[in-house]
Amino acid sequence: MSTQIPKQTEESSETEAETQPASKGEERRAEKRRRAAERREQRQEEEAEKAAADESTVELKVFRYDPQVEGKQEPRFDTFHVPFTKGMTVLDALMYARDTYDSSLTFRHSCRQAVCGSDAMFVNGGQKLACKTQISDLEEPVRVEPLPHAEVTKDLVVDMEHFYEQMEAVEPYFQTDEYPDGELEEQRQDRANREKIKMSTRCIWCGACMSSCNIAAGDNEYLGPAAINKAYRFAMDEREGEEMKQKRLEIIEQEHGVWRCQTQFSCTEVCPKDIPLTEHIQELKREAVKNNLKFW
Amino acid sequence: MHEHDVIVVGAGGAGLRAAIAAQEAGADVAIVSKLHPVRSHTGAAEGGINAALRDADSWQDHAYDTMKGSDYLGDAPAVEALCQESPEEVIRLEHWGMPFSREDDGRVSQRPFGGLSFPRTTYAGAETGHQMLHTMYEQVVKRGITVYDEWHVMDLAVTDEDDPAERTCHGVVAYDIQSGEISGFRAENGVILATGGMGQVFDHTTNAVANTGDGVAMAYRAGVPMEDMEFIQFHPTTLPSTGVLISEGVRGEGGILYNSEGERFMFEHGYANNDGELASRDVVSRAELTEVNEGRGIEDEYVHLDMRHLGEERILDRLENILHLAEDFEGADGLTEPMPVKPGQHYAMGGIETNEFGETVIDGLYAAGECACASVHGANRLGGNALPELIVFGKRAGRHAAGEEMGEAEIETGRSGSWQPADYEFGVEVGETGGSGTAAADGGAVVSDAESVLGAAVDRAQERVDELLSRKGRNHAEIRSAVQETMTANVNVFREEGRLEETLADLREAREAYKDVAVSDPSRTFNTDLIHTIETRNILDLAEALTMGALAREEFRGAHWRKEHQERKDEDWLKHTLISWNDGEPELWYKPVVLEGENKTYEPKSRSY
Repeated sequence: MSTQIPKQTEESSETEAETQPASKGEERRAEKRRRAAERREQRQEEEAEKAAADESTVELKVFRYDPQVEGKQEPRFDTFHVPFTKGMTVLDALMYARDTYDSSLTFRHSCRQAVCGSDAMFVNGGQKLACKTQISDLEEPVRVEPLPHAEVTKDLVVDMEHFYEQMEAVEPYFQTDEYPDGELEEQRQDRANREKIKMSTRCIWCGACMSSCNIAAGDNEYLGPAAINKAYRFAMDEREGEEMKQKRLEIIEQEHGVWRCQTQFSCTEVCPKDIPLTEHIQELKREAVKNNLKFW
Repeated sequence: MHEHDVIVVGAGGAGLRAAIAAQEAGADVAIVSKLHPVRSHTGAAEGGINAALRDADSWQDHAYDTMKGSDYLGDAPAVEALCQESPEEVIRLEHWGMPFSREDDGRVSQRPFGGLSFPRTTYAGAETGHQMLHTMYEQVVKRGITVYDEWHVMDLAVTDEDDPAERTCHGVVAYDIQSGEISGFRAENGVILATGGMGQVFDHTTNAVANTGDGVAMAYRAGVPMEDMEFIQFHPTTLPSTGVLISEGVRGEGGILYNSEGERFMFEHGYANNDGELASRDVVSRAELTEVNEGRGIEDEYVHLDMRHLGEERILDRLENILHLAEDFEGADGLTEPMPVKPGQHYAMGGIETNEFGETVIDGLYAAGECACASVHGANRLGGNALPELIVFGKRAGRHAAGEEMGEAEIETGRSGSWQPADYEFGVEVGETGGSGTAAADGGAVVSDAESVLGAAVDRAQERVDELLSRKGRNHAEIRSAVQETMTANVNVFREEGRLEETLADLREAREAYKDVAVSDPSRTFNTDLIHTIETRNILDLAEALTMGALAREEFRGAHWRKEHQERKDEDWLKHTLISWNDGEPELWYKPVVLEGENKTYEPKSRSY
């Protein structure tokens, strides 16, 4: 399919014309509606022209697939021409294309500020968060695809279940037996230890790392960088205590745990929160070795 | 059909805390949310959690600050509950492993925030909400609480007695976004709405795209009054191009606001001679826009927030996230240049009318968090008071819904106390437009046993979806932007009568247009076109109620500024605005604010910072 030409809402303008305005207010609003419709028409024409002129527009090639809709069951790419504005992100461009040209264009998004982790996608061959990827930093046409190594649900939406299962496999919750006596007493943690785990706590579960990882692609049971990072976050948190740390290391040392990592750094490269994932995995390997020597 | 004791709708801070509390109290609880829990917008909260943790501080001082911040429209029993219970809830989060920022002695850090008499804002860098959300979701995983994620709740299953106070909520109807299946969720004990904000009513907002006020709109149409909807917080420091939030923590740590002449206008133009940048948010937002309107804005649009003098070390330690946001979303380097900021819609003080346990007037229906109005924040919320609200009132609603005995509520709901009808004529027709096009159920059913009520609600939802998918019509997106544009232009920081009336007319027009709305994506798989279309109906109902409340309230209180009424009028207006859907013919009424606390009465004083 080529450039999408915006559809007109002809039915609605016809019904509007038939309405008999009864009061001044309604007349005024009818007039306003008519003007709005004209403006809309004009705007859409202008947009189509702009798109054709190919100036100050950005060309998107977007992966489309819907298992249920005829014509979309075979994966394909649709092209959209979106007027470029300064500061425009890939997410902005997708939203524009959806709201202007094709309301069935489907992708997850929510916060628009890189914290909800909904909109990780494969943009020009790399895992990116659409909301923090500037169009101006990309080569055209911008190719937008769903995350690789995940099952595509529809268009840019992938099934995240496997990712969530791996995250939950590492007992991703704080555990300790030793709490301070006073009810209103916090556990003490020194600043250095908080600093140590800080980066690992920034994970937004976007799945970019898992998608970029060759090992995860070949071994479906591999915990993957995000889950191991989650384990790191607790293993390194001194508030949990030594005993828990042993247990944490056992979890990540399992067959499909840290030792699968081949230090290719692809996860670290794509992480939108700059978490040093590979380093964390390496550090856990070292901790595990140290730990094993201790009991040897 | 799914069956649980307690159904929690929404999986942000309030929803997760409610679910944990209900489970601890012995209930079989399930969370139903249109987003996976970690996608919830609690994760975007930055600044912190107010809690009187230290010996030199007290919950009483926190309550005093909160009441003053609310411009005396907070209800004392709710305000005091917040301030009394926030410390234990914050420590509980710490015990659940939340990675708070720390002092040299290893205790959790606190910093100054606007409108506070003590630096009691507990924080985790400038990403407190993210850490809080993930910490609580970890607890939900640990406890094995059932989560139905990416299920969009469309409606409540409520009986149809004439008087909303006699109605009962038996569950919810939800649409599985993955499969397109519609299913009933029976709640034996109670439904807790925790659906968060309604920022999408406006177009320049810090809120997520998902924040469409679904829970408030559903409760409203089922008969629960909406309270104090006209009180919307415009946060003084949002990035001009996207609305992304720059935390109040920047000013808390010492950040300074400048106008285009390089003046520190909060002091130099006398907006807040004592507290300057750390005045309450409503005060700072008005000051910024006044600067811009008087020609001292930068590019006629915004002012500068400068934190360079704090030094790289302190910024990286406490505000690192701000550097990333300013860089990624405005192209500004906070270490070497001032950041452009302007006010943006941030928070709804109003919402679903509840008492201090989260109960609404409908039996078995609760609300907690931003979607609820207890009221803790009154006419203006203090920075750092939203996150404690989530955990304190989430917990309370969860326990109460699970059947725990919590005593008699002091705050009355519905028309049970000394309420009074409003005496205000709107020049424009409001409410339901009639005709099949609106296709939104009112929540009522002609039967009263739980299963039939739920079954009827499921049938109505199915009909509505089938109709939207099968007919031809216009796309919702244009209607949604029309609403957002008129709301942002006219129901903003500065409000005047003529423009509010104009807005009601615009909204009427949008309602008419919505009668022809249709979904062009025929798919049952992940049909976001359908979800957004349903949300737009909610946005319409909320925008209208908000504007009605703003027109009728002829005074200036907290975040509600009126050109024609430049003073707070305690004699007439020490009362909450309530709007009842009334089966499609919205009714405005009022009830008195509760200023009597446990041991003292909060006497309204003039509010200066």
